[in-house]
Amino acid sequence: MKSLEELKAIRERMQGQVGLRSEDSNNTRVVVGMATCGIASGARPVLTTLVDEVQKRKLNNISVTQTGCIGLCQYEPIVEVMEPGKDKVTYIKMTPEKAIEVLEQHLIRGQIVEKYTLNAENL
Amino acid sequence: MFRSHVLICGGTGCTSSGSQQVAAKLEEEIKRQGLEKEVAVVKTGCHGLCALGPIMIVYPEAVLYSMVKAEDIPEIVEEHLLKGRVVTRLVYQETVSAEGIKSLNDTDFYKKQHRIALRNCGVINPENIEEYIGTGGYEALGKVLTEMTPDEVIQVILDSGLRGRGGAGFPTGLKWRFASGNRGNVQKYVCCNADEGDPGAFMDRSVLEGDPHVVLEAMAIAGYAIGASQGYIYVRAEYPIAVERLKIAIAQAREYGLLGKDIFGSGFDFDIDLRLGAGAFVCGEETALMTSIEGNRGEPRPRPPFPAVKGLFEKPTILNNVETYANIPQIILNGPEWFASMGTEKSKGTKVFALGGKIHNTGLVEIPMGTTLRTIIEEIGGGIPNGKKFKAAQTGGPSGGCIPAEQMDVPIDYDNLIAIGSMMGSGGLIVMDEDTCMVDIAKFFLEFTVDESCGKCTPCRIGTKRLYEMLDKISKGKGTLEDLDKMEELCYHIKENSLCGLGQSAPNPVLSTLRFFRDEYVAHVVEKRCPAGVCKDLLTYQILADKCRGCTLCAKTCPADAITGKVKEPHVIDPAKCLKCGACIEKCRFGAIVKR
Ligand SMILES: Cc1cc2nc3c(=O)[nH]c(=O)nc-3n(C[C@H](O)[C@H](O)[C@H](O)COP(=O)(O)O)c2cc1C
Ligand code: SF4
Ligand code: SF4
Ligand code: SF4
Ligand code: FES
Ligand code: FES
Repeated sequence: MKSLEELKAIRERMQGQVGLRSEDSNNTRVVVGMATCGIASGARPVLTTLVDEVQKRKLNNISVTQTGCIGLCQYEPIVEVMEPGKDKVTYIKMTPEKAIEVLEQHLIRGQIVEKYTLNAENL
Repeated sequence: MFRSHVLICGGTGCTSSGSQQVAAKLEEEIKRQGLEKEVAVVKTGCHGLCALGPIMIVYPEAVLYSMVKAEDIPEIVEEHLLKGRVVTRLVYQETVSAEGIKSLNDTDFYKKQHRIALRNCGVINPENIEEYIGTGGYEALGKVLTEMTPDEVIQVILDSGLRGRGGAGFPTGLKWRFASGNRGNVQKYVCCNADEGDPGAFMDRSVLEGDPHVVLEAMAIAGYAIGASQGYIYVRAEYPIAVERLKIAIAQAREYGLLGKDIFGSGFDFDIDLRLGAGAFVCGEETALMTSIEGNRGEPRPRPPFPAVKGLFEKPTILNNVETYANIPQIILNGPEWFASMGTEKSKGTKVFALGGKIHNTGLVEIPMGTTLRTIIEEIGGGIPNGKKFKAAQTGGPSGGCIPAEQMDVPIDYDNLIAIGSMMGSGGLIVMDEDTCMVDIAKFFLEFTVDESCGKCTPCRIGTKRLYEMLDKISKGKGTLEDLDKMEELCYHIKENSLCGLGQSAPNPVLSTLRFFRDEYVAHVVEKRCPAGVCKDLLTYQILADKCRGCTLCAKTCPADAITGKVKEPHVIDPAKCLKCGACIEKCRFGAIVKR
């Protein structure tokens, strides 16, 4: 190790990794429904896309996890976004492409993508 | 990129309860489900909950599975890792509540803890230097080498109020200052005491197993502060996992240039080698440890000269304990005020204790100095099992003493413990309930010191032997009241005339039990009775005629044929034949057999 920069580079590369192991309540949680119906309707690629993009864009304060059946099988794949201190937003019928849109609009710019949310479709 | 990390404990406790097999099964199942690119398996060090091992934590949800068996793995992988449904049945029950899974940090065990020395234990993979760097590792070394002078480093350590965690509690900054003269002109050494001889303590082992790089980094910082270029870690050979992880850590640190020549381009050179000890308790004493590193028989030598003047190979040397070092990088990064804001007036920061004995949550806990024994036992430790009453806690191992129930609210720090006749020691904390005999406890520790005395000086070699014999006599009901006074006198004699700390502290368990539980000694001597029902020679087994139904079970069980009687009539035990093995008590379904 010849310089602090070298150390810093390793730290930044690893931070996203080990940062996952904290229970920081300031993190935004993105949850993908992964019950049997979710997996059947294509939740896996949505999940992996989100995980990859969050890493690629170094969004260290966002954790992507999966959850079981949300109880809305006809709307799967479902992605829920929970920001600290805000109401939960539920996106339905997600695809990897739509997920990236949500990531860019909602998670980065803070604008909810209304057209994909649960409320947009008449329940 | 992994969306989930599964941490599986590879500490000594969990390894012996089968965590390696669980980890192998986990990797296999993850592959079978095609999750190997999404879920990472990370083998960590100890989480402190060893009694509940193997421990497995799934992040980012931070769900802790305890006592995981290989058979449970397919279900956990399919339900939790694939479908995201926590397998509540297998989760650490303390975290399960009506509203779902609680955060680990909200459990009684973790809530009052504050982790500095153990901050990475159970969180990172100790065999991967990059994980340590990812949590800020080696930044303190970088800061010290590029921004601070050696004297500034020593001042920071002094200001933090850090005291040695190996037993005596000597201010670490002061120790470094004593060794700091004449930098650059003389060879000096930095040593780490990883001998951990107290039979009830295992925090040093856990740090070495769970976060070995923190010790390497801190030793390099110490080397810069006093002007040393070589370090030695003296670790007991009975810690094979710790030794292995240290070897890996040293090799990786060298490869990354964090040990070796010209670290961070600062011109500072530092390297570390391991020395394995055979596990003699006295080799944890500083002068004996250095004698042993030099290749000689590990016997203490007189001080002065102190190691800071003439230590290893007769050169100025500092020796610090593993846990002491584990605090150093955080103090450098967060500043001395941060550290000094925790703890009591004269004892700053935190202390790790190994909770053991008659307590619910056995394991490792790190608490701010000044926490009371009551908090440790009743809240963090979850109280005494089976509704028994707390009697005393032993701290400081064979060099320490007992804290009785009346002193449970004393804030624990170095000076308060000394004031009540115990000491901090390395942090073993053994909880005793009403079924523990204090004479027996004193005897247990004296037996240990008799075995471990190196024999160099008479008061310790012969004195501890005589002390043990007197305790043995009392436990057999053959002691006299005069013996109690003689014993006390002998204790002071041994304390004053022994060469090293082993002899000087060996009588402490006797003195403190005599001080707080004299009535129990008197009961053994005068009434020939062991109130806790432990000392075998003073017990008699009896059958209560009114309760005995004459089922003959006990008579069939007794290995000595000591029990006689007719079917459906009360039985009797012949005390002359009875071996006091207790087998009959366990068998009787009517509670008719008692020991007194
Ligand atoms: C008999 C005896 C055994 C000791 N065993 C240990 C030990 O196992 N580990 C340890 O760190 N210190 C042990 N010590 C204390 C060391 O002599 C020394 O004080 C300590 O390692 C200094 O480090 P510190 O200032 O960081 O605590 C022992 C002392 C005595 C007298
Ligand atoms: S006090 Fe005991 S252990 Fe220490 S030097 Fe003397 S005989 Fe050896
Ligand atoms: S204690 Fe053991 S030896 Fe004594 S009576 Fe019971 S079974 Fe027999
Ligand atoms: S086992 Fe109990 S009840 Fe049965 S004979 Fe022995 S003492 Fe009596
Ligand atoms: S060894 Fe696994 S928790 Fe201590
Ligand atoms: S047979 Fe009578 S007491 Fe056991």
